[in-house]
Amino acid sequence: MGQDKIAQAKVLIIGAGGLGCPALQYLAAAGVGTIGIVDFDVVELSNLQRQILYRVDDIGQSKAITAAKKLETLNPEIKIEFYNVQITNKNALEILENYDLIIDGSDNFATRYLINDACVLLDKPLVYGAVLRFEGQIGVFNLLDKDNNRKTNYRDLFPKPPDLASAISCNEVGVLGVVPGIIGTMQATEALKIITGVGKPLVNKIISYNALENSFYDFEIISNANSSIDFPKNIKAFLDYNYEWFCNSNLDVETLSVEDFDSLRTKEKITIIDVREKGELPFVDEFPFTLIPLIEFENLISTISQENKIVVFCKSGQRSAKAIKIIKEKYPNCQAFSLKGGIEAWIKNNKI
Amino acid sequence: MEINLLAFGQITEITGKSAWKMVEIKDSNELIKNLEEQFPALVKMKYSIAVNKKLIQENTAITDKDTIALLPPFSGG
Repeated sequence: MGQDKIAQAKVLIIGAGGLGCPALQYLAAAGVGTIGIVDFDVVELSNLQRQILYRVDDIGQSKAITAAKKLETLNPEIKIEFYNVQITNKNALEILENYDLIIDGSDNFATRYLINDACVLLDKPLVYGAVLRFEGQIGVFNLLDKDNNRKTNYRDLFPKPPDLASAISCNEVGVLGVVPGIIGTMQATEALKIITGVGKPLVNKIISYNALENSFYDFEIISNANSSIDFPKNIKAFLDYNYEWFCNSNLDVETLSVEDFDSLRTKEKITIIDVREKGELPFVDEFPFTLIPLIEFENLISTISQENKIVVFCKSGQRSAKAIKIIKEKYPNCQAFSLKGGIEAWIKNNKI
Repeated sequence: MEINLLAFGQITEITGKSAWKMVEIKDSNELIKNLEEQFPALVKMKYSIAVNKKLIQENTAITDKDTIALLPPFSGG
């Protein structure tokens, strides 16, 4: 009976990355009848540490298409649909509508709020999962708890998205490869429990997992009027919503190419700031700089001299862009630039 | 009166510890004020607070032996 339900089920996974890969494999292995995969990214070398559906030969290929191909060889009897697109509020409703259950394997806040809102509007259960470094969170949203007749969603957990400095990604600060493996597998577990009606899914509950401590901490979410303040009330509001703006993830800052950076620092005295974490590799000693980790940036911003032009770098250019945004908010006339592509690009360009 | 504090994710980096005790805190607003005085970097952080494993959404009374968890969002996937 359970196997029948699984064979009839239609599950959509948004993100075929660290969380998506293990979840997809277990759902395909279990025989979920229809599996949808949404991902617009291509496979990169740095993904292979945790995105275990992919191999070295897949580098440069579409994740959605590659994942679909691998899953087909794992279970040829199920139907796999892939969407090699970025999920946006313009296509989300159309895509999600075809599925019974949604799994959030995305890697940024704008997408998480978007998926959540779409699931609430379409009334689909959402299996949430998120990771960073050595920790992960998992829970089930938008499913009625039969015992006390209530439903909660992501906005009840986090009504407001975090500030720029705290919105860091796995690509920037890293994640222990096994952590998304564990959380993604737990997401597949919750999905199977919901489909078959067996066991207790994490409805209105979140589990927080710490790999280093081997600890699980669970807590209950309650719904609250405040959580719905920023929620799009209907389909039209959803289609008009600007999720990037809501999460302040649209970072339009002045950047400096690595060549212009090298040229500038030989011509004039500039202030160079590294916003990576202390001890973060790759180590740089080819030019002098000050280390101010992004998380402390706002507190220490007054210590930065504005006499010279300021160039901020990080690993790939994302954190430094956030730092420039912070500087410009406080000192709008300051000449500050983010190193485009980060120190990774600089090292590549200088062939170190 | 003594309460237990638990920190997760980036909050642990700010506080420097994942578990500790505090005394004489009457409600969550006072707790937040106290924490922000001790750890100014918390002012800019968004995080949710659970009291005895139940998320709170507004100022909530805190009593002896309560456990408070400070839960930041993660976005990684």
